[in-house]
Amino acid sequence: MKRIYLDHNATTPVDPEVLEAMLPFYKESFGNASSVHEFGRTARMGVEDAREIVYKFLGTHDSQEIVFTSGGTESDNLAVKGVAHALKSKGNHIITSSIEHHAVFNPCKFLEGEGFKVTYLPVDEFGVVDLNALKDAVTDKTILVSIMMANNEVGTIEPIEEISKIVKSKGIVFHTDAVQGVGKIPVNVDKLGVDLLSLSGHKIYGPKGIGALYIRRGVKLTPILQGGHHERKRRPGTENVPGIVGLGKAVELVGKNLKKEPEKLKRLRDRLHYGIEKTIKFTKLNGHPTKRLPNTLNISFEYLEGESILLNLDMEGVAASTGSACTSGSLETSHVLISMHVDTAIAQGSIRFSLGKENTEEEIDYVIKVLPPIIERLRKMSPLYHGKQGVN
Amino acid sequence: MESYSDKVMEHFRDPHNVGEIPDASGIGKVGNPVCGDIMNLYIKVENEVIIDAKFKTFGCGAAIATSSMVTDLVKGKSVAEALKISNRAVAEALGGLPPIKMHCSMLAEEALKSAIEDYLKKSGKKS
Ligand SMILES: Cc1ncc(COP(=O)(O)O)c(C=O)c1O
Ligand code: FES
Repeated sequence: MKRIYLDHNATTPVDPEVLEAMLPFYKESFGNASSVHEFGRTARMGVEDAREIVYKFLGTHDSQEIVFTSGGTESDNLAVKGVAHALKSKGNHIITSSIEHHAVFNPCKFLEGEGFKVTYLPVDEFGVVDLNALKDAVTDKTILVSIMMANNEVGTIEPIEEISKIVKSKGIVFHTDAVQGVGKIPVNVDKLGVDLLSLSGHKIYGPKGIGALYIRRGVKLTPILQGGHHERKRRPGTENVPGIVGLGKAVELVGKNLKKEPEKLKRLRDRLHYGIEKTIKFTKLNGHPTKRLPNTLNISFEYLEGESILLNLDMEGVAASTGSACTSGSLETSHVLISMHVDTAIAQGSIRFSLGKENTEEEIDYVIKVLPPIIERLRKMSPLYHGKQGVN
Repeated sequence: MESYSDKVMEHFRDPHNVGEIPDASGIGKVGNPVCGDIMNLYIKVENEVIIDAKFKTFGCGAAIATSSMVTDLVKGKSVAEALKISNRAVAEALGGLPPIKMHCSMLAEEALKSAIEDYLKKSGKKS
């Protein structure tokens, strides 16, 4: 059976070139990057070459602004908790959005437990953060604003530059979770006007368990971990050298392909969208119609529940997801769709297709072919579809 | 999430007894307060024996599989026997459910109870 992977916002396959770049650092170049001997120096070179690729990709020229972490989750935790703890003598107020990934949302909840006050900004029906609400929320106690660059579930791209203008005019530290943005849309820290930015390896054809945090020079941060001198003490622990090298290679490759790859993804994504709309009635796009990641299609099939669609697609060899992979073990309806005021019954029928560079037109056409009979069969089973028979 | 048993997938892939019974003796319509899913269960009773059962379900894989299994289980049973079918029995007949999905089988038990209740009321055996 064909196996078609349309879940790239959950994770991506490691690019063979990335794997190739990593392997020597598991074998002959296994040294500890802190050691002074030849083994250590080779490992150090791997780490610093990767750091250079990352900072150049982000549009800076300061190697000290990049800290390697164990992934997007740690980068987000380090940014949010690190800044909050470093600046708590200045204020106790944090602003974020109501559609953040749990890697930002839960650290904010955690800080609330420590006595910080957090404002969760509302979004509109497309998932765009309300800028007026942001202006109203800022107080002289606000020390940090954290708004994601692009949402993982629906793909909506947030107006980071505009948010930055509002936030920076008040001298507040601004973090963005760019885990889903990197590789799909241009990311330049100066152009965006951010002080901190999170990225993750496994969303960009790199390895899992590796990420980076950009920290603008001068931004104060209290580390989460205490240990050795690694990463200028901001993230102690012997460096995951192969992972860092893999992240560097992955960033290099997405950087090189940023001109044509997103364009191709968007064409395929739209082909899937139109194909579905043409053959299946009662669907609804979730997310912004245009200001959206080029690879993401989140669509609701009315009168149906997502998991039953997903399992059927899986039987046909097609891998997609409902909501985000991290929440699919829970029963709650997506907090993102709820914040966008999507009707709960419609939110329950949402499926996220997220495309990647190995997908082809034939694969998309295969999905368009197998999906309508699945939807029709399931709708026949749905008590909500009563009376609608014959129209589809 | 823990994955579904083969039996669950079998019933999910090819559910038995999907549909409605136009002249049903009893109808149970219930919603799951945990997740918002919905099940409608129809039974046809003759001489105190359930001779047919059908369902329509808006829900996850577990909800559809338990709907299919519960309708299988009640067919041929007396009303009194059917009342004793618990959600655990349905889940067991399916080779178990992942713990987080146990509540889905409540939908089947409650729909069955409510359909029997409806039958008892309609036939004047209970007010
Ligand atoms: C927007 C966003 N932030 C953070 C993360 C967490 O990244 P990681 O899986 O590398 O911890 C993810 C992915 O799961 C994500 O989509
Ligand atoms: S999650 Fe709702 S019935 Fe299973």
